[in-house]
Amino acid sequence: MNGGAQWAIEVAGLEKRYGDRRAVDGISLRIARGEVFGLLGPNGAGKTTTVETLEGYRTPDAGTVRVLGLDPDGDGPSLRPRIGVMLQEGGLYPGVKPLEALRLFAAFYPDPDDPERLLDLVGLRDVAGTYVRRLSGGECQRLSLALALVGRPEVVFLDEPTAGMDPRARATTWQLVRDLRDAGTTVVLTTHHMDEAEHLCDRLAIIDRGRIVLEGSPADITNVGTHDVRFSTAAGLDLPALAAALSLSADTVSEALPGEYRVRAEMTPELVADLAVWLRDKGFGLIELRTERATLEEVFLQLTREGDA
Amino acid sequence: MNRSGVVAQTRIELMMTLRRGESLLVTLVIPLGILVFFSKVDAVKVDSSTSIDFLVPGVLALAVMSTAMVSLGIATGFERRYGVLKRLGVTPLSRTGLLAAKTANVLAVEVLQAVLIIATGVALGWDPTAGILPALGLLLIGTVAFAGIGMLMAGTLRAEANLAAANGLFLVLLFLGGMAYPLAKLPDAVEIFAKALPAAALSECVRGALQSPAHIPVGELLVLLVWAIGAPLAAIRFFRWEE
Repeated sequence: MNGGAQWAIEVAGLEKRYGDRRAVDGISLRIARGEVFGLLGPNGAGKTTTVETLEGYRTPDAGTVRVLGLDPDGDGPSLRPRIGVMLQEGGLYPGVKPLEALRLFAAFYPDPDDPERLLDLVGLRDVAGTYVRRLSGGECQRLSLALALVGRPEVVFLDEPTAGMDPRARATTWQLVRDLRDAGTTVVLTTHHMDEAEHLCDRLAIIDRGRIVLEGSPADITNVGTHDVRFSTAAGLDLPALAAALSLSADTVSEALPGEYRVRAEMTPELVADLAVWLRDKGFGLIELRTERATLEEVFLQLTREGDA
Repeated sequence: MNRSGVVAQTRIELMMTLRRGESLLVTLVIPLGILVFFSKVDAVKVDSSTSIDFLVPGVLALAVMSTAMVSLGIATGFERRYGVLKRLGVTPLSRTGLLAAKTANVLAVEVLQAVLIIATGVALGWDPTAGILPALGLLLIGTVAFAGIGMLMAGTLRAEANLAAANGLFLVLLFLGGMAYPLAKLPDAVEIFAKALPAAALSECVRGALQSPAHIPVGELLVLLVWAIGAPLAAIRFFRWEE
């Protein structure tokens, strides 16, 4: 294959320190061509440092990084025409207009996409002649996205692409990412939105404190959690007392939202009976009772909270 | 070199320069204003030559300082703040390409300045001399020196601090640059200090080249060369692409 690159991206043992802080502490991952890969993690987990190393901004302290078989640090001139980048923020001239910016960037690449087409694609036709400094945050994000795509890249890096977008722009962006995947483009994105990761990514990695704590498809990852019991009743139940009544440890019962409870246990007939009896004795009615798989958000919160104690 | 990229980048740099009112003020209005004002108003008596012969070289030096240091430096500082330099770094436009576009932009503005200043000077009674070619060469050396200072500040200071520093330095160097009035009018201690700065060195060298017979002062030329080598080297050493 071209450049021996079977994988779009290969990272092995990546480490990056800033002073004493280990921003990335031994990350390894492989991303296939045409895959949409998500990096999830709390702020400061090392997502942006990882992505910026792939983009060639940072030199690894240890480990190797290959993008399309090339070293982003040393092979920049051959790699840059083949990648597209959307930074987490900034990167736009305030004193130019969207169409001017797209035409400028188009001139950098050997086989660019049509700036007018991209302008329509991201829905910026109405503000084509407005200075960037007068655009809303969401419009700037969409322009950054279009600029990342104008060179017809083989790999696109999107750092929190939908931050600041309204729901409609977000839907447009999701569709754009799906179209990119269908066209065979590899997409690497970071996000805080669990629904974004769940709906968009073929695979994702949850990063915490510079390490990957879990990697797989969204379905794989949510299967890690047990099938929990959920029920709805009055808000503010005495959770430790309830846990004791169910013969469970106190931390397995939680109130996710006021009046919405989650019990991390199998829904056995005994558990249902104990719950019903306890609620009757306290005088609470049971509004809803069901089992449910953990959402990605819950897995995420659980994984990234562990070890905080 | 990415030719179509450099051409497009040069176009956008020029367009942005022309759109920035404050940049036109400092590069065109102030130098031409000083030229006309000080030639009409006998604010400071000039000893050895007529006032227009003194002013044209000084204002040419001022023009170079305004474009290469102030306009380039402030624009670059804000591009750094807005992450534009960072974003351009992952496009196929190389750093060399970006630098080429910025150089072309500075030179284009300086050509416009020189044409307007010389035309205005002639209208005010200035006689161009054969020294114009060497004078242009000296102005190029001055451009390198001032661009080095502008980029050093743009690449190390926060955008707002850079804005203040570039404008403040412009004013100081205008007062201490032998541009609108002779250095001899300054107190002796200040004059010695002023002679070590690039502004006075450039205006004195250009003045020497344009007088007849031409005589470029060696000491001033050495000072100018030191700045033209030292400032860009410092800029290369200390410039940070991200704020």
